[in-house]
Parts: sequence; structure tokens; C-alpha cells
Amino acid sequence: MALLEVNNLDVRFAVRGGDLQALQSISFSLDKGERLGLVGESGAGKSVAAFSILKLIAQPGYIAGGEVLFEGRNLSAMSERELRQIRGNRIAMIFQDPMMTLNPVLTVGTQMVEALKAHRRISTRAARDIALKKLQKVSIPSPDKRLDQYPHELSGGMRQRVIIAIALLLDPDIIIADEPTTALDVTIQAEIMALLLALCEQDNVALMLITHDLGLVSQVTQRMLVMYSGRIIEQGPTKEIINDAQHPYTQGLINALPQMGEPGRRLYQIPGSMPSLSRIPPGCPFHPRCPFVTDECRQTMPEYVQSGNVDVACYEVSKLIEQENRAPEVTP
Amino acid sequence: MTVQSAPLVDIRQLEKRFDLSGSFLEQLQFRNGRFTRHQEYVHAINGVDLQVHRGEALCVVGESGCGKSTVARTIMGLLTPSGGEVHYDGERIDQLNGREVLPYRRKMQMIFQNPYASLNPRMTIQQTLEEPVCFHHPAWSKAEVRDQVQDVMQSVGIDPDWGVRYAHEFSGGQRQRISIARALAVDPEFIVADEPISALDVSIQAQVLNLLMDAQESRGLTYLFITHDLAVVEHFGTRVAVMYLGTVCELADTKTLFASPRHPYTQALLSAIPRLEDDRPNHIRLHGEVSTPVNLPSGCVFHERCPYANERCKQEVPRLIGSDTGGQVACHAVQEGRL
Ligand SMILES: Nc1ncnc2c1ncn2[C@@H]1O[C@H](COP(=O)(O)OP(=O)(O)OP(=O)(O)O)[C@@H](O)[C@H]1O
Ligand SMILES: Nc1ncnc2c1ncn2[C@@H]1O[C@H](COP(=O)(O)OP(=O)(O)OP(=O)(O)O)[C@@H](O)[C@H]1O
Ligand code: SF4
Ligand SMILES: [Mg+2]
Ligand SMILES: [Mg+2]
Repeated sequence: MALLEVNNLDVRFAVRGGDLQALQSISFSLDKGERLGLVGESGAGKSVAAFSILKLIAQPGYIAGGEVLFEGRNLSAMSERELRQIRGNRIAMIFQDPMMTLNPVLTVGTQMVEALKAHRRISTRAARDIALKKLQKVSIPSPDKRLDQYPHELSGGMRQRVIIAIALLLDPDIIIADEPTTALDVTIQAEIMALLLALCEQDNVALMLITHDLGLVSQVTQRMLVMYSGRIIEQGPTKEIINDAQHPYTQGLINALPQMGEPGRRLYQIPGSMPSLSRIPPGCPFHPRCPFVTDECRQTMPEYVQSGNVDVACYEVSKLIEQENRAPEVTP
Repeated sequence: MTVQSAPLVDIRQLEKRFDLSGSFLEQLQFRNGRFTRHQEYVHAINGVDLQVHRGEALCVVGESGCGKSTVARTIMGLLTPSGGEVHYDGERIDQLNGREVLPYRRKMQMIFQNPYASLNPRMTIQQTLEEPVCFHHPAWSKAEVRDQVQDVMQSVGIDPDWGVRYAHEFSGGQRQRISIARALAVDPEFIVADEPISALDVSIQAQVLNLLMDAQESRGLTYLFITHDLAVVEHFGTRVAVMYLGTVCELADTKTLFASPRHPYTQALLSAIPRLEDDRPNHIRLHGEVSTPVNLPSGCVFHERCPYANERCKQEVPRLIGSDTGGQVACHAVQEGRL
């Protein structure tokens, strides 16, 4: 049994003039200790997916269908109290905006102690000891001093370390990290990522890493999901996808990256841009930008097909697979 | 030196400080029974020398806050330098008055990071593009202005139908395209692009980069290109200047810099780029946090994070000197042959 299983999750925003479909039939799973990447461009639905898993999606957003199973238990069937036991405790989240985790008017120590006491019956002193240990674990300089500091007194890199320490506070099974390092500089980013990875590996914590940085995903994760307009259009082992992407959008994304050793070459460009939620076209959401578009693509959303270990939703790919299967063995 | 080899843009020992201490009264502090005047500065750039040659794309990279935008704005005359000089095509331009500076306002154009904020929301795209043309060519007829704008729109792939619409109706990539068209509309020679693609999605970044490269080729433009994305630098730049805390720590042509970075900071920076498909991250780990430009460290600005720092590094500021690879490096360790 997977640690986390998401089945056909549908999320909508109720706005004037009707519902906007933010996630359409999202399915994936996460095993214990596994590292999963979630990529896609701005507005693809990555953060909405993360919030929905924890049932944290706020008005006007709502879960319109599907289920989220944690250790086989359905989160939708749980009371708010049971959910609170899972959030923070078993599944921790590192938000895109660090100030969503940190309260600016409380010291780091107070926040950590409160978080611990909300989930465990311990004395303030014991909680403070645990907090200090976790700060040491994220190699923050002079951790005892940090306990009495306010978030604004810390540099960006230190703040992110504190946030990781808070995520680790209750020894979770899963960390969902939404763009944990985008606000940081490259050298600091590398340091923080290495830290997060080492800590997850050490305690066999599963990591769901949300980012639009394909380079980061290719280095850090074992499997990846590619999202476009609220749908997962490709998922599978990271290596396979990076080396041999199947979906035309994923291919386009990878080819559009400036690569080493080819300066001055014109970059491959995907024409157009991803539509807003109110303008998602019928059929395959990528079809207006796709070089392989046919009538079929304009009418109905393609089903997933398997190519190697990768699941892809694309008519062109399924045609190619069929052709391959039909092609007679040629002996030279 | 022949006339042709003179740089188009030449900045010398450029400095810019921002005063953080507020008004005179706010600066007064009462301490030990006496009033003292307390002033605090951000030392955004400290003695930067750079030359941009005709037809090249000089990229400036460095972490957030290292002074890249300040260099750009000072060159463009949007900020007055606290020290040093800016020369354009052999003329010193940092002290010109309003009228004298006008021709340079046309020849030098800037593209900003945020395509959402840099376009006037109350103007149609047509008006946005016509305005600078009318301003710099007051004698032109309406028809001439319109022709010029038509040409530019075509060259950057803007649909003429967009003309009557407003900026908010366009996506980030489309807006950045409009900003580029506006910069190109007055036939500039030199373009400063400050993080022109950072706010855009990956799938759109390639569109804008291609557009900038095409414009460079067809119009013989010279670029100063600011970015923190090293992959973009490698793709786009003729030469690269690496900045750290307001100083240039390494300058080299792109190939050389990527093949054999010399400065310890450049080495760490290059090793930190997440690249596709490389299995084990092989980062040079830096320790310590980035110092602030308010309390600049003594000696080499990088010494607090540098694995090769020694006593001299803590005291003496290293100067940019030629290195064996043909670039320039400001590092005692390199100069002493320790690195
Ligand atoms: N409260 C809301 N009301 C209406 N639409 C919303 C709301 N919140 C988010 N959306 C829409 O849902 C879509 C998905 O947003 P989401 O924040 O998940 O994107 P993302 O993939 O995380 O992007 P980014 O990389 O920019 O963080 C977007 O089109 C966004 O405009
Ligand atoms: N108007 C100002 N007043 C005070 N300080 C300023 C001002 N403008 C810039 N600074 C400071 O000067 C330093 C250099 O800023 P600058 O914007 O040039 O950095 P940058 O390299 O462009 O960074 P980024 O990559 O974040 O754009 C920073 O510490 C910044 O906070
Ligand atoms: S000069 Fe010294 S401190 Fe500065 S980078 Fe070189 S070795 Fe390090
Ligand atoms: Mg997001
Ligand atoms: Mg800047």
C-alpha cells in the first residue's frame, strides 16, 4: 500500500459565472521515503494540488470529486480534528511563501514550542529542547540564539532553515515542499536543497517537491509529474522523462532550456502560452500550442497510455506506440 | 588604441551608496551624554570597472542584492553615481544636463524585469509604442511615426490587431515582447536588459530570448544583459562579469568562464546550477551567509564564505588583474598561485 494515494481528484473554484476547474482528475501515489517532483509552469495547479491533498484548499476553492488516502484512510471522511493530527504531524508542508509558516510577531522558539505542544503532551522545557535539537540538525549557526529571535531578524537562507526545522519538528512521514528555494540565491539554494535531501534520506521521509525548475527535479527526485492546465499530462521515473520525454509539452519544455555547449543557437520555442482557467480549451488542453494537433485532440481529452514506465496523455504518443506494435520485425 | 576598439560603454570606478539614515534630525543619537550624528549607507556598488564593446552581449551575474540593477540604472542615468564615471561612445555622460542627455536617451534603452509594471495600463499598445517615437522625433509626421511602429511590431512578432488593446489583456511573455518593441522603436544602439525573462515561465523565456538574439543580429545591437540564470548567460553572453557585494570578482569571455572559472565564488556559483541529468550533485559548499552591503566586510568582500581565505584576504581588497586564462580575476589566492 502506498503511503499517500490520490485518486481522480477534482478541485474547482466557485466564482461568479460558474466553476473554474483547477484540477481535473489528478491521480498519483507516493511511497515511504520516495522523492516525487511536481513540475509545471505558473498557474498549472501545483500549489492547488498541494493544498488539496491536505484539505487546506480555501474558499472559493472546493474538492469536487476524488479521494486522498493516507495509509489507506480516506482524508475526506475524517473530522477536522483527525485531519489536524495528520497535518503538521504526519504530513508537513513547506510553503512557497515562508511567511505562511512563520508568524512575524512570535519568536522562532515560541512558534516551535507551540507547534509541538499542539500535537504532543509535553512540558515547555521539553519542547524547547526538541526545538533546539531540530535547529542544530539544520546546521543553523548559534541555534540557541535563534530561538529568541524574530523571523525578520534572520536572513533568507536562515529563515528557510528554520522552516525546514519546523517541518521536521514532529518527525513527519511526508514533506510537501512548494518551491522551497525559489526565493533564495543559487549558492544558498544548493545548500538548502542538499540539507533537505540529507534529512529526508536519513529518516526515510517521503518528499514531494514542487518546482518549475527542471534541473532541480532531475537531480533530486526519483519520479516526476508534469502538470498543464490542472491536469497531469505525463508521469513516471524522472530519468526516463528527462532523457526521453513523451508528451509534446514536456519535450518542448526540455528543449526550450538553454543547454550547455550550444551558445547562440536559437532556442526551441513553444508557441503561445498556457491559458487561464476560464479559457481552458476542450480536448487536450495543450492542443492550441501543439505541433502534432489533429481533430481528435481538439475534441476529447486523451486517455493515459503507457510508454516504457511512463504514463502519458497524448494522442500522438498513443499512435506512435500502436505503430510500433504493428510494425513487423525486420531482419536485416 | 584605434578608434574602432574603443568601448561603446565604459564605466570607471563606479560607486553608488544609498543613504539609509533619513533626515538630519533622524540621524542624531544621544549617547553617553552627547549628541552624535549617526549615518548608515548601503554600499550598493564599490568601484566597478566595466567596458561594453560594440556588438557584444556583456552579461552581469550575481546573487540578489549584489548591485546588478544599480550598475544598470547608473549607466542609464536613472541614478546619479556617488563616485566614478560613465562614458558612452567616448563622451562622459554622467554629468550631462537635461538637454545634453537627450540623444543618449534615444541611443540607450532599458528593458525591465517586470513586464507587468513597466507598461502604462491606461495606454493602448499603439499609444505605448508611438509615444517614445514622437518624443525623440518631434519633426516626424503622423504617418512616419505609424510606419516606424508598424515595422517594429512586425519585427518582434506583434499582431497589428494588438494595437488597440491594453497591456493587461496580454500574458507576461506578450507584455515583455511589447516592452522590447517599445525599446526598439527608437532605433537604439545599446540596450540594458535587467532580468528581462526572470518573471516569465520557462516555455515563454525561450520566445523572448530568441527575440533578443534576432534583434541583436538584425540591428547590430549591443547588450548589457543582467540575469541570475547562468544557463541563460552561457547561451546568450559574449562575455560575463560576475559580481559579489558590489564589486566585479571575475570577468571573462563566456566560454572561458564556464570552462575554467578562476574566482572561488564563480566556482561555487557554477557548481551550484542544477543541470539536467547530472546524477550526483557535486556542489562546492559555501559556508556562512551572504554579508550585507550595509556593513561591508573588510578586505575581500567574499572572504567570510571563501574556503581559501587567509589573513591577507581579510585585510586587503583584491584588485581585478589579468589571469592566465585571458580573463580578469580579483582574488589574492589566484594571484598568489594558491588556487
Ligand atoms: N482563489 C482562487 N480563485 C480563483 N482561481 C484561483 C484561486 N487560487 C488559484 N486559482 C487559480 O488556480 C490555478 C492554479 O494555481 P496554482 O497556485 O496552483 O498554480 P501553481 O502551479 O502553483 O503556479 P506557481 O508556479 O505560479 O505557484 C491558477 O490558474 C490560479 O489562477
Ligand atoms: N533606492 C535604494 N535605497 C536603498 N538601498 C537600495 C536602493 N536600491 C538598491 N538598494 C540596495 O542596494 C543593493 C544592491 O541592489 P540592486 O538592486 O542593485 O541588486 P541586484 O543585484 O539587482 O539584486 P536582484 O538580483 O535582487 O535584482 C541592495 O542591498 C539593495 O537593497
Ligand atoms: S581573495 Fe581571498 S578571500 Fe577573496 S576569494 Fe580569493 S581567496 Fe577568497
Ligand atoms: Mg504555486
Ligand atoms: Mg536587480
